[in-house]
Amino acid sequence: MVTRHSYDQELAHLRQALLNMGKAVDKAIDEAVIALAQQDTELAHKVMNYDDEIDQMEIDIEDKCMVLIARQQPLARDLRIIGTGLKITTDLERMGDHAYDIAKIALALNKQPLIKPLVDIPRMAQMSQKMLKDSLEAYTTLDIGLAEQVCLNDDEVDNIYYQVFRELLTYMMEDPRTITQATQLIFVARYLERIADHATNIAEWTVYLVTGQRRRKK
Amino acid sequence: MKYKIQVNKLKLHYGDVLALKKISIDIAENSVLALIGPSGCGKSTFLKTLNRMNDLIESVKIEGEVLLDGENIYHPKIDTVMLRKRVGMVFQRPNPFPMTIYDNIAYGPRIHGQSKRTLLDEIVEKSLTGSALWDEVKDRLHSSAMGLSGGQQQRLCIARLLAVEPEVLLMDEPCSALDPISTMKIEELVTELKSKYTIVMVTHNMQQAARVSDYTGFFLNGDLVEHDKTDNIFTRPQDKRTEDYITGRFG
Repeated sequence: MVTRHSYDQELAHLRQALLNMGKAVDKAIDEAVIALAQQDTELAHKVMNYDDEIDQMEIDIEDKCMVLIARQQPLARDLRIIGTGLKITTDLERMGDHAYDIAKIALALNKQPLIKPLVDIPRMAQMSQKMLKDSLEAYTTLDIGLAEQVCLNDDEVDNIYYQVFRELLTYMMEDPRTITQATQLIFVARYLERIADHATNIAEWTVYLVTGQRRRKK
Repeated sequence: MKYKIQVNKLKLHYGDVLALKKISIDIAENSVLALIGPSGCGKSTFLKTLNRMNDLIESVKIEGEVLLDGENIYHPKIDTVMLRKRVGMVFQRPNPFPMTIYDNIAYGPRIHGQSKRTLLDEIVEKSLTGSALWDEVKDRLHSSAMGLSGGQQQRLCIARLLAVEPEVLLMDEPCSALDPISTMKIEELVTELKSKYTIVMVTHNMQQAARVSDYTGFFLNGDLVEHDKTDNIFTRPQDKRTEDYITGRFG
């Protein structure tokens, strides 16, 4: 007979809960950036309201982990699954907060036309979202190769961030009336860059989960 | 939630010694209740009150009531043989009868008047399947039960209980004489059995209580100090004595 079947199921539930939270965060980022680019007030409100649900998911996952530690005395990989679960849920919650922050800026910027059509910011969002999806895919399939790839992709996002930053700086120097909007957009780019960092963290935790070794941070 | 057993102000004396002090607890149907506490705290004594095993000891005096499906099992009209069929018990050391595996399981149903071979065959298979032992013994049903390993013997004893179709299973440290793998098998079995039975288990192994039970009760000096959902007892116990005991800072 199989031993510890119910325990294995609970570990699988934990993994599923993290994936569900990841999907929710991905959707929030997606909609926040659309709300910004298309000046969609309603969508921005929706994203902001959704944040409470994401926060609740984090609390549920933390509780699940605490109870698993108390009840199952996890060891070896089981312990790493739960430990990384606690870390990953924090990363996801932070990403959710950044989606909220972007939606809030979308609300602030919906009164006047944008100083320029947004190109790089949606591109950054896409890259960060792909990193998030890949990191969760790596986490689910225990694919270290994919996790390593996510870590490498972070450099690209960093590069676009500096590019956006310099571009918006130029706008501000040329025309001080753009300062309000441009600084807000710099914040958005910064949030997206942070989201990519959190995706990188998830990938690094995946490497630890699989190998038991810490991936060296740059 | 339906309560299978309700214990109200149960007091038990061994001669002049008060071994259980006014215990009250409701036990939910289809759940596992684990009883933990240091040696001599009354947890095994309490377990035995649930099917009147203490009646066999002369100096024992009991007050209060134990309701099984709302009916007081200490009422004079209660037939204790039928009670112990409904509320069966597994002991610390596996105690198979010195007979074949088949006869061990068929023993109870035979006592209760079942003699049809085909029906007994069915009961034996069903009970051994229920205790997750069937696959390991199906080819040697007619060899002696004494040749089984300790873990197998304990699952045989559980199958022997299941054969008389009980409603409540009492387990008094069912794994303390078993190796870790056999222990895990019994624990997994307990988790499966609770869908059909109500289980009350005494264990010295706190981790075991944490792993298998839905509810946990902590006994100390004949008192039920605290009982709650196992999730709560092991993450945020309310009583400092419970906290000290489960974290190993006792005394």
